Amino acid sequence: MAELDTRPVNPALNRPLSPHLGIYRPMLTMMMSITHRITGAALYAGTLLLAWWLLAAATDAKSFETAAWFMASPIGRLILFGFTWALFHHLLGGLRHFVWDMGRGMDHPEREYLAQGTMIGGIVLTILVWIAAYMAR
Amino acid sequence: MVELALPKNSRPTVGKTWPRPANTSNVREFRVYRWNPDDNANPRVDTYFVDMDDCGPMVLDALLYIKNKVDATLTFRRSCREGICGSCAMNIDGTNTLACTKDMASISGAIKIYPLPHMPVVKDLVPDLTRFYAQHASIEPWLKTDTPQPEKEWRQSPEDRVKLDGLYECILCACCSTSCPSYWWNGDRYLGPAALLQAYRWLIDSRDEATGARLDNLEDPFRLYRCHTIMNCAKACPKGLNPAKAIAEIKSMMIARQL
Repeated sequence: MAELDTRPVNPALNRPLSPHLGIYRPMLTMMMSITHRITGAALYAGTLLLAWWLLAAATDAKSFETAAWFMASPIGRLILFGFTWALFHHLLGGLRHFVWDMGRGMDHPEREYLAQGTMIGGIVLTILVWIAAYMAR
Repeated sequence: MVELALPKNSRPTVGKTWPRPANTSNVREFRVYRWNPDDNANPRVDTYFVDMDDCGPMVLDALLYIKNKVDATLTFRRSCREGICGSCAMNIDGTNTLACTKDMASISGAIKIYPLPHMPVVKDLVPDLTRFYAQHASIEPWLKTDTPQPEKEWRQSPEDRVKLDGLYECILCACCSTSCPSYWWNGDRYLGPAALLQAYRWLIDSRDEATGARLDNLEDPFRLYRCHTIMNCAKACPKGLNPAKAIAEIKSMMIARQL
């Protein structure tokens, strides 16, 4: 098979690069791909928070109190709420990618339904979990 | 590499506003990307006004109106004016499509026209497609066989022929590849949706005998696997093809041959 020539195209011509992300109409599937990446990165931070909470619980009562106080504070709850959403959004996004990797649901309009399902499902599941959490308190 | 901002020499400035046609109120506004290699200046976005009573229904008709009646220096590619040559591919109203088959009535407000995204610009709406064609060539888009040439033609059953539907219709306009963020960031190593759809067109051809070698050529973290099913390609294709699906089929073939 032919080797691919990967050299940049005539750099001496100083040609401008045509506009891209700034002018492209936001497509739902493209936005879901971007948020899949962002939520994936956010999960690292959320997991660190979870690790802190577990470590504090394993250390002593005082450290656990500190961790629990932070998580129960308004900012802590906001972060946990965001973590919950990131988790569900990323989970559903992963399932969507499973379906697409099997070559299913890639045509119009199925692909839009899957993207909408990721977006709406992530929000609904997050709210349900928080309602359940507050009711269980 | 992901570079969200345009290089300094590529940031468009506000350009010239050209005069409105006189004696008519049925006018539409066009904002068109301009860059002239002889100006030694940044690209700019010019504003034009087109008399809709004196112009056909498609975006290409308006571009020809501008070139013929307002500004003869406006540069763009066009040929067949019926969606079969792929020359007039450009970014219209935020999505890649063919100017000749894009109905202006389907766009509201001022019509924004840019060259195909994230490509080196030759002039105005003309992108440099050298690399795009090199990528197509790299998948060796022709029939490859080991068995001796048959006396007449290579035979194919109707069932096998049907597998090429949705693939052979590609006109290589580059709308799909240049709509793909993955291609924007890794276009030097990722082959892009158009070349991969063509690769699949030969992989699935019952007459082709180089399937293994073709898959070997694509077994690479970048050439094939930079596709992240963003789906812009399938939405952009002016022929209604689905490169994303073709790429998913190639990925399935990769797994199937390892089992």
